[in-house]
Amino acid sequence: MKKLWAWGALLFGLLYFILPLLGMTNFSLKMRRGVYSLDAYAVVLGDPRFQETFTYSVMMALATIAFGVLLVVPTAYWVRLKLPGLRPYVEFITLLPLVIPAIVIVFGYIRLYNTSSWLPLTGSITGTNILLMFGYSMLALPYMYRAVDTGLRSIDIATLTEAAQSLGAGWMTILARIILPNVLVAVLSGAFLTFAIVIGEFTMAALLNRPAFGPYMQLLGANRAYEPAALAVMSFALTWGCLGLIQLVSRFQKGAQSPV
Amino acid sequence: MSFLTLTSIQKSFGPVQVVKDFNMSIEKGEFISFLGPSGCGKTTILRMIAGFETPSGGAIAIDGKSQANLRPNQRNIGMVFQAYALFPNMNVAENVAFGLKVAGRPKAEIDARVKEMLGLIKLDHLADRYPYQMSGGQQQRVALARALAPKPQVLLLDEPLSALDAKIRVSLREEIRMIQQQLGITTVFVTHDQEEALSISDRIVVMNAGKADQIGTPADIYNRPATRFVAGFVGTLNLVEAKVVDAATNRVTIGDQGVTLRESLGNAKAGDTISLALRPEAGSIAADAKGDTALSGEVVSSNFLGSVIRTRMKVGGSVISFDMFNSPGLVPPAVGETVTLRFTASDLLVIHD
Repeated sequence: MKKLWAWGALLFGLLYFILPLLGMTNFSLKMRRGVYSLDAYAVVLGDPRFQETFTYSVMMALATIAFGVLLVVPTAYWVRLKLPGLRPYVEFITLLPLVIPAIVIVFGYIRLYNTSSWLPLTGSITGTNILLMFGYSMLALPYMYRAVDTGLRSIDIATLTEAAQSLGAGWMTILARIILPNVLVAVLSGAFLTFAIVIGEFTMAALLNRPAFGPYMQLLGANRAYEPAALAVMSFALTWGCLGLIQLVSRFQKGAQSPV
Repeated sequence: MSFLTLTSIQKSFGPVQVVKDFNMSIEKGEFISFLGPSGCGKTTILRMIAGFETPSGGAIAIDGKSQANLRPNQRNIGMVFQAYALFPNMNVAENVAFGLKVAGRPKAEIDARVKEMLGLIKLDHLADRYPYQMSGGQQQRVALARALAPKPQVLLLDEPLSALDAKIRVSLREEIRMIQQQLGITTVFVTHDQEEALSISDRIVVMNAGKADQIGTPADIYNRPATRFVAGFVGTLNLVEAKVVDAATNRVTIGDQGVTLRESLGNAKAGDTISLALRPEAGSIAADAKGDTALSGEVVSSNFLGSVIRTRMKVGGSVISFDMFNSPGLVPPAVGETVTLRFTASDLLVIHD
């Protein structure tokens, strides 16, 4: 009887999540009257704004990942190595983006970095892009920090650091040649999550008025019928692709570290 | 002049002083073991030599050069850790080459040195293996090669054999000693295993509660323990209470049996109680046993330990253990039987606290 309930709950859950997706996919394929076609997908992919915004968001995602790695890996490493007492506080700080809405943060940014402020980042395109990248990094911080911290937990960083120091290595060498390569799989996990977040982010990009993929999806959704559904299916595929890659690299790591 | 000198070294962690006024001079090419129980400060001293801990007081010098303001990566020291600490992302050859690459040596020199080091540890055929593809013993040999590759002035070994199984431990410690003698490198070895320390060291430092209780050759430490702690920690030792009868002639009684010691009783007076030590292997109960001193007692137990049979007998208020080499025809004494243990008077050591 218990099993029956469990299977029932699972079935309900699957229907709850999968039915709308199936409906949406079905709808996205019905642009041509009476037959299934990929017309909606062709229209979306052929739209120059799609290419422009998607490229912009991919570039922003890569910049965010690079910045996140440079910020998070040394921080998590240093906290684990030298300041373990501060770990709970640092973890708390990294979790703040989950409880502070993006709209609050972006209004704060606009207020702090507007053209009449001491650091007028919003006064230029490059400045606004940098500001947006910082915003994205902050949104991705909980995921990136946790991924890297988990990766660091799996290696004996204190002894590896001392071993490298005794062989003459300085901090930069230790980070670049010992720590980073050994948490690369964790960093990749964080990177894929960051990528997924940046590609779908709307609030910050819209309020900072940058041509990102999130605002484009919203614009398309407000004006077209079939194309938004096609775009949503593609976004889902992209996100799931990222999640699949996380699984893949995690499995790779497990395989690489199994003893003989 | 000594090669490695530790002068009045002190180290405190908060209110706890873990190393107290430690002094030692180590000659070039010497193999020194720091032996002691957990928490005695031996690893802390090693870590201070490496630069991972800063002494609260005192000075460390290598070849006359103070190490006070040098960071760990600026000291020319090689270190082997208990947990191997091989870099998991690098194969054996890359691990061994790491220190040389950091030092910016030419590629040809690095390749030659890596080959030489792998030959030294007899693992040249595993150059492409990753640490996770090797056994603990192999990993530790690679760690040794990696530490030696940049030609350090001093080699520090922090309980390198503790994580290995018994057979590998014995073979690797012999290999470490052989390599150390071959290269003539000054080595400091930390261990809590007395057998390891006794078997491979030129000198041993027996540490107790942050200070050196005794510094001496393995034979000195084993045969002439300076304190009760050393006597108890190194090897198995019988500690026997004796009463001074005549200090001038070194005459004492153990239970109701008189013994004349070779060693002076120092400031002891007639009637004082002193501690004497006797190694289990020093005496024999065989009929043809030699020795100028004898103690009789009742057997309380007899334990088979493989190569020896250890028997315990009661003499006065003390229990004395003695060993007999096992042989197929040997019949151990029965419990309750009275036996006479013969030994040389010089084997009875006076223990000073």
